[in-house]
Amino acid sequence: MSQAAELTMEKHYDPIGSRIGMWLFLFTEFLLFGGLFLLYAIYLNKYPEEFHYGSSQLDQFVGAMNTIILLTSSLTMVLAVGALQRDRRKLSIFFLVTTFTFGAAFLINKYFEWGHKIELGIYPGSQELTQHPQGEIVFYGLYYAMTGLHGLHVIIGMVIMLFLLYFLLKKSHRALSIKSNQIQNLNGKRLLLSDETGKKLWKSQEITSEVTGMDVVVKGVFTEEQLKSSEVKLENSGLYWHLVDIIWIFLFPLFYLVSM
Amino acid sequence: MVHQNEHQHTQHIVGYGTYIMVWLALLMLTALTVTVAGMNFKNFAIVIAILIAGLKSILVMNYFMHLKFEPPIFRTMVYITVFTLAIIIGLTFTDISFR
Repeated sequence: MSQAAELTMEKHYDPIGSRIGMWLFLFTEFLLFGGLFLLYAIYLNKYPEEFHYGSSQLDQFVGAMNTIILLTSSLTMVLAVGALQRDRRKLSIFFLVTTFTFGAAFLINKYFEWGHKIELGIYPGSQELTQHPQGEIVFYGLYYAMTGLHGLHVIIGMVIMLFLLYFLLKKSHRALSIKSNQIQNLNGKRLLLSDETGKKLWKSQEITSEVTGMDVVVKGVFTEEQLKSSEVKLENSGLYWHLVDIIWIFLFPLFYLVSM
Repeated sequence: MVHQNEHQHTQHIVGYGTYIMVWLALLMLTALTVTVAGMNFKNFAIVIAILIAGLKSILVMNYFMHLKFEPPIFRTMVYITVFTLAIIIGLTFTDISFR
């Protein structure tokens, strides 16, 4: 039994290593969008007038609003990390929910913005758009591809936040894990939980041969261990969210401001 | 390497105030980029916009992403990535401008 307890306690954390891993992943994202930015630069160079016209047709106000929303969501995300570092779990949950709400607000804006354009018949391959000059077709193609891919990243970031909320709200943890080789002779027997005087607290059902492992789970507590592992997860999710923010920092002037 | 036993926390803790100052700076730079775009700088407008966006990214990376407080290896990796992208962009433009 004590051996099993030691095994579960021996969880190894390497926060620096895990952050390096996260950054390596972020570099691939950076290069993915970098390629698209390169494409944008080449076509801006080729069709400057059409790009300026296309950009003037986008709503600068909505673009600026979304920039402010994402910048603020980055702030609340980093505050969530800061709160958890100070062991303030509930404050961290509050900031995480706020960040999620900002992400949703961003997507709602995008939905109406895209919806308006699609209503006007301007979307890749539409009858209306194919009548427009080649440069404008390319501009809107890049607009939909790049803001669409970015929007997908916002959605992924929000899904990750839901997982984090689950980890931060889950008030139970595995105190003890018993592997199959330690319980092979328990077939047909029962487990008993008693206090130090031997008074019975709880008795299990008969253990069948189908049971190949056991966990002792403590409910109603949020342990130091969980706090530490949530902190690493939250930090890395924060890094992802800030990358999404950085990409928008570049998308905003390129699509909304080149016209002015 | 820092041992977990010596430090309870996984990372350098930054004050909330610093984050709020960085956020305010980011908002001001956003206002600046919109204002500058309104002025007629012609071809320089895009260069200025990219420079401001670059400055904003540096702020986000250094403070929100804690790059400033990470071991030097993190910055080295960032430089390598930016350098790689710069080579790709540079070579592509030398190609298309001499066609």
